[in-house]
Amino acid sequence: MPAILIVDDEPNIVMSLEFLMRKNGYQVGIARNGTEALAAIDQTPYDLVLLDVMMPDVDGYQVCRAIRDNAARAATKVIFLSAKSQPADVQLGYAAGADLYIPKPFSTRQLMEKVRELLSTADSASPHVA
Amino acid sequence: MNKLLVIGFSFGYLALLFGVAYAAERRSATRQSLVANPYVYALSMAVYCTAWAYYGSVGRAAHQGLSFVGIYLGPALLAPAWWLVLRKIVRVCRQQRLTSIADFISARYSKSAALGALVTAVCVLGVVPYIALQIKAISGSFVVLVGSGGRVEASVAALFTAGVLAVFTILFGVRSVEATERHEGIVLAVALESLVKLLAFLVLGGFVTFGLFHGFDDVFDQAAARPALARLFTLHGAGTSSAEWFTLLVLSMSAVLLLPRQFQVAVVENVAEDHLRKAMWLFPLYLLIINIFVLPIAFGGMLRLGDSNFDADTFVLALPLATGHSWLALLTYLGGLSAASSMIIVETVALSVMISNHLLMPLLVREVSGRAGGQQRRFAYLGRVALQSRRGAVVLVLALAYGYYVAVGRQLPLVNTGLVSFAAVAQFVPAVLGGLYWKGGTRRGATLGLLAGFAVWFFTLVVPTVVGPGRLPESILTAGVEGISALRPGALLGLEGLDYLSHGLFWSWFFNIGLYVGASLAWPPSALELRQADVFVDVFRRRSLAEEVAGWQGHPLLPDVRALLLGFLGKKRTNQALQTFAKRFPDALAINNDQVAGASYQSAATDPQAQLLDATYQAPNPADPRLLLYAEKLLAGTLGPASARLLLASVAGEEQISYDNVVGILKESQQLLEANRQLQKQSRQLQRLTDELRQAYQQLQALDQQKDEFLYTVTHELRTPLTSIRALAEILADNPDLEEEERERFHNTIGREAERLTRLISLILDLEKLESGQATLVRAPVALAEVAAEAAEAVGQLARAKGIALHLDVPAALPALPADRDRLMQVLINLLSNAVKACPPGGTGRIGVLAWPAADALLLCVEDNGKGIASAEHHQIFDKFFQAQHQNMRKPEGSGLGLAITKKLVELHQGRIWVESAPEQGARFFVELPLAPPVRATIPFSSSYSA
Repeated sequence: MPAILIVDDEPNIVMSLEFLMRKNGYQVGIARNGTEALAAIDQTPYDLVLLDVMMPDVDGYQVCRAIRDNAARAATKVIFLSAKSQPADVQLGYAAGADLYIPKPFSTRQLMEKVRELLSTADSASPHVA
Repeated sequence: MNKLLVIGFSFGYLALLFGVAYAAERRSATRQSLVANPYVYALSMAVYCTAWAYYGSVGRAAHQGLSFVGIYLGPALLAPAWWLVLRKIVRVCRQQRLTSIADFISARYSKSAALGALVTAVCVLGVVPYIALQIKAISGSFVVLVGSGGRVEASVAALFTAGVLAVFTILFGVRSVEATERHEGIVLAVALESLVKLLAFLVLGGFVTFGLFHGFDDVFDQAAARPALARLFTLHGAGTSSAEWFTLLVLSMSAVLLLPRQFQVAVVENVAEDHLRKAMWLFPLYLLIINIFVLPIAFGGMLRLGDSNFDADTFVLALPLATGHSWLALLTYLGGLSAASSMIIVETVALSVMISNHLLMPLLVREVSGRAGGQQRRFAYLGRVALQSRRGAVVLVLALAYGYYVAVGRQLPLVNTGLVSFAAVAQFVPAVLGGLYWKGGTRRGATLGLLAGFAVWFFTLVVPTVVGPGRLPESILTAGVEGISALRPGALLGLEGLDYLSHGLFWSWFFNIGLYVGASLAWPPSALELRQADVFVDVFRRRSLAEEVAGWQGHPLLPDVRALLLGFLGKKRTNQALQTFAKRFPDALAINNDQVAGASYQSAATDPQAQLLDATYQAPNPADPRLLLYAEKLLAGTLGPASARLLLASVAGEEQISYDNVVGILKESQQLLEANRQLQKQSRQLQRLTDELRQAYQQLQALDQQKDEFLYTVTHELRTPLTSIRALAEILADNPDLEEEERERFHNTIGREAERLTRLISLILDLEKLESGQATLVRAPVALAEVAAEAAEAVGQLARAKGIALHLDVPAALPALPADRDRLMQVLINLLSNAVKACPPGGTGRIGVLAWPAADALLLCVEDNGKGIASAEHHQIFDKFFQAQHQNMRKPEGSGLGLAITKKLVELHQGRIWVESAPEQGARFFVELPLAPPVRATIPFSSSYSA
């Protein structure tokens, strides 16, 4: 079962995302800020990270770059979920190595579609990596 | 009297004139001019008084009383206006090198050759009879003097007269092609003749008044005793109507300026414009003196000779002859000869130039340019021909005059022919005056006006003189041409009741002026016409380079010019300017090299070149015209062009500079300085305003940027609760099978997030209101202790929940604060909430609220022992949406707007807010609120406006 890490400093958003992912049968990890996120990724090879950008200590871009810099986490997919929706913000996100950038507030159904899509391509690619 | 004696005296007198003229020409060649003074100028203008004045005035006075005065009164009345009109004509003619009235009119109206020819034709036709009259006067007086026993045909005497005068005129009047050259010989001879005729007439008048009678009283008393003479004493008794008087004045005013001979002496022969000043009163004085004895002589003649058959025109000669004083008669005769011959000479010179330039030369030029041969040869030929044609013209004019005298003139009275001549040249008045003062006058207007005026003049004034047996039928006068009564020369278009002269002048001017103005307005002027109009009308304003260089009349000395420059520019600038000039025009100073060498040799020269220059400018030599021009330009830069011109003219001796002028110049400079000072002041004010404006703009730009950032942050802050609400709502909708407990949790969360959203929106609106200056305070005396207590009460719940000790130390005795109670409450609650958030949980948190009076203000302090704020952030925390980086989590209540709003509220009370803090050492927020707030410069929606 794929594992997903939820990173957000907003407890109510974490709560709803956690519910959604569990409901769809994924394993869920939670980080409430950038520092916690970096530690969690270090410990566990998550298949997908749902990443907020604006966080008090280490921001989402930094976390994303850390994942991309980590060769052991090459298979980890990253979806940004951010209230920052200016074109420049989106560009920064992709530049940091994101697979997808979804502005807040998002549609839960669309989000789940994208998550499934990303994880299925990951599955098909994984035999080569493994 | 002996015929030979008279002839001898006549020739002797003419020989004297030849001598005088010759001497004047010689002197003029050696640059010691005899005519360059205002007295000669004024006397030469007295050529106005012809034989008609000399003999005819007495004749006219004998029959019509005072009306003879009319033709002298006109010029005398007009004389003061010469400074305006005549000076302008002189200036134009010198500038444009014009030498006759035909030149003048032709040049003014786009240099039209046709117009020049027309004017010439009018002059010849109008003036030749007048010359004939002079010939008649000379021959007639000769006959009277010699007596019937002399058996001399008057026409023979006339022929001789014409011949001798032709020789004189050709010798002294037509020496070179250059028409602008002045005829000094003729001018001096004419001036002398004016003097002779004046003296002769005065001697005769004295003889009649004091010799034949016992003074003026005696003459007039005796005349008054005779009814026929007594009526001549009053203006109207002699039968001269007001209209006739008016006509006489107008005609003589025109004639004294526009008759060819008057134009010649007054304009062409003018040496210096300044001479006009003296001539303006000398000439009228001359007219007054020469007329003093006219009435006594006329009355004397009537009293002594009235019964015999003597013509009143000959009284002047007949009176001394009849009383046996033949020498006196001879003197009188010479006076008459002077009057007639001077008129003939000047008039002939003027006419010959006009005929040659406007009738003969245009034909010759056309004819010659058709021939083969080199251009140079053609020009040389034209030069010779011009001179010959002018000589030919002299002979032609005199021949015409003689012919007229023989054919018609012998029957004409002196005065009438003269007035008809006057009326002819009066036709130039519209074109000349219009040309000088009205830029709208055109060639077409002038030509049509002149043609019409001339035609009417001929019909009304000339035709009646040629009516008679063997010539035109008399029915023309009584029934009109072809029997049409509207075409009667004496009553054109049925206008009756006027004397023939007034009638002729009225109609000729009516058509002349009407067509001149009408045609000028009807057709637009050409470019050349416009330019010439400018040149003429603005002659005193426009000064071209060429004209200026040639325009100076005096001969200012170099040191004078230098002194003038020194006075106004200072030594340094003057020397610089003069050196610059010397470099640019070395030849302008070259003539003085000898003196320069001598002068510079003596001085111990540090810089030989500068010394040389210095000496050059100090040598008393005449200044080059270019230097004058240069100096004027220099001064104009300092004083303005008018003042510069005036000053330089004073140095040039051209015009006297008066004390008033100098004061005027100084005043003008002073005003300029003052204006300059004010301008500088205004400039500084403007600079300051510009700076302020720039600052305001920069502030606006900064504000604008802040606004953008604010909006960006606001939308972000709004998206966060929205995200939760949407996600949870979708979850609830998609999962109907949720457990009750979870469903309720989600519902509650949605509710809280919605509340958060609402709160955020009100805060943003609140802040916006404060920032845009739309918030107003409802001030009232407020007890700070009360407000503090209430605020502590409001946050008490939160503080207790976190285990924070809240300590209040606000004395109730503090002075009441003029403040908005609700806003003040908001400030305190915000500060307390911040403190609660900052305080550590777990019972160690402490918050204190203190207040104390300061000078004119109350100080309030809210302190906590929380995590503190780094000094770098002491200012930023009051910015919108600033949240300290050390905050772990974003709490729902941490909108990021609290401190920004607090600061705005304090400032609205004209207070200050600041923070003292260090990391991990707690924070103290200070608020200072004035007890008597100053009135703000801008109070939006303030009560002072609405009251």
